Amino acid sequence: MSAADLTSLTVADAGRLLAQREASSRELTQAHLDRIAAVDPKVQAFITLTPDLALRQADEADQRIAAGDAGPLTGIPAAIKDVIVTKGVRTTCGSRMLEPFVPPYDAAVIEKLQAAGVVMLGKLNMDEFAMGSSTENSAFFPTRNPWDLARVPGGSSGGSAAAVASGMAMFALGSDTGGSIRQPAGLCGVTGIKPTYGRVSRYGLVAFASSLDQIGPLARTVEDCALVLNAVCGHDERDSTSAPMAPPDFTESLQTSLKGVRIGVPAEYLPANLQPGVRQAVEAALGDLERLGAEIDTEVSLPSTGATLAAYYVIAPSEASANLARYDGVKYGFSYQQGESMWDNMERTRQIGFGDEVKRRIMLGTYALSAGYYDAYYLKALKVRTVIRREFEAAFQRLDAIVGPVSPTTAFKLGEKVDDPYEMYLSDVFTLPVNIAGLPGMSVPCGFHEGLPVGLQIIGKPFDETTVLRIGHAYQQATDWHRRMPSLP
Amino acid sequence: MPLTREEVLHIARLARVGLTDAEVEKFQAQLSDILDHFDVLRQVDTEGVPPTDHILDLVNVEREDEVAPSYPAETILQNAPASEDGFFRVKAVLE
Repeated sequence: MSAADLTSLTVADAGRLLAQREASSRELTQAHLDRIAAVDPKVQAFITLTPDLALRQADEADQRIAAGDAGPLTGIPAAIKDVIVTKGVRTTCGSRMLEPFVPPYDAAVIEKLQAAGVVMLGKLNMDEFAMGSSTENSAFFPTRNPWDLARVPGGSSGGSAAAVASGMAMFALGSDTGGSIRQPAGLCGVTGIKPTYGRVSRYGLVAFASSLDQIGPLARTVEDCALVLNAVCGHDERDSTSAPMAPPDFTESLQTSLKGVRIGVPAEYLPANLQPGVRQAVEAALGDLERLGAEIDTEVSLPSTGATLAAYYVIAPSEASANLARYDGVKYGFSYQQGESMWDNMERTRQIGFGDEVKRRIMLGTYALSAGYYDAYYLKALKVRTVIRREFEAAFQRLDAIVGPVSPTTAFKLGEKVDDPYEMYLSDVFTLPVNIAGLPGMSVPCGFHEGLPVGLQIIGKPFDETTVLRIGHAYQQATDWHRRMPSLP
Repeated sequence: MPLTREEVLHIARLARVGLTDAEVEKFQAQLSDILDHFDVLRQVDTEGVPPTDHILDLVNVEREDEVAPSYPAETILQNAPASEDGFFRVKAVLE
């Protein structure tokens, strides 16, 4: 099999090749390292490459396979968003603040992937501290959309989505606080799922907004996402918000019929100002789901959708302002040392170490939590969060899932929204409610508009990833949007 | 309600973020614009609605207070910008 073929396989297919000894993990890994060398100078998805580690892990995986001790992910080359700590491998969070930081421990998900025999190719670019929707907020460089290098890959897991879309990694881990897995997956034409809050341990995930952050996979298919979820989900006592329940086998949900599945399409998710190409692709997908046996219900309403953006941009920055207080230039990371006093050094450390969007959100959160504004902003936003949750609960009384677009538009051009923060925030208007309500949400490719991918979002009840995966898998068995890959050299 | 220059400086001070004059001006405009959009929250009726600070039903997750291995100080100090005698080193806090 040629190297190009090896970099366009699904995880499931590659697993079969490895099991049948038709390819080795070393071959598979080398093919991906070669692909990275050829393509990443243009796409710029990686912050740090770990080729020596990858080849060592590949050899170990080949030994495990030979010994009959392999699982479905053994020997699969993958890459990790640089917000997840990796022992001995620099973890920057896309920030100057953590540019020199080499973690002394592995995140829970890294331990789990290593136990499964996954090969790590490197660490992926992202918006600084996962704050952004375009990966332009990376302190190092912007990542490009493989479908059009003049456009953004989305964010904040833009490196993750671009790496999978361009054949540089078979899957990637991302994190999603307000859409940071689903939006870039949608804009890059790959499949990405944010599990229910609590499903995946946040131990070793650098904190942005702790009540919203969740780790999840980006891959080429729903089946591949299910395989990765099987490896990374589960209770972890080191994360006190980890759900104390055993996850199901997510691959058992992968059926081809949707008979009897009730899917709602809220009017608020198809607003008049939706980009026409996005509307067309999503409406066509609704037709496909109906043909697969689903009952489509368009009489659903989530009236507080319009207030979700505001609630999110009070809650997430408030939590961020507290979480990011740890970057003081004393314990690790960038440190300004030439000041007059300790306080002077701290202010200068944070002035130089943080980029604009991080400063904006820290200040926004500090304001919302400060005396005199706490009730009007923070407490009010938490109450609105309850209202939003209740609307979803009511909708899910008679529905199994909710679908709509992932983003209101296809990928936008680099530089188009960087000077207007609020305009940038609007690109997450359909993904934010899922984090606010603590639901699982997935993006699957559902078409193209002028050569750019469109994503379909599938939202489920809390801890019902199974139904979300079932719908997405059935859809991918009936369509081939997810099989298309961008033409790069 | 636009933020004043003094309010921006006050917030930056609380957050210990140093700002240049140009940044103060830029953030004053941008933060005021974002706060304007938050007015929509007031239109949601939350009378008698409790706040959600967390979506799981977990409360006070506790474990047995058992001694477990931790990291050696030298491992943790490897990332320290400045250290001395096994401690993080900072400039004097009190003058």
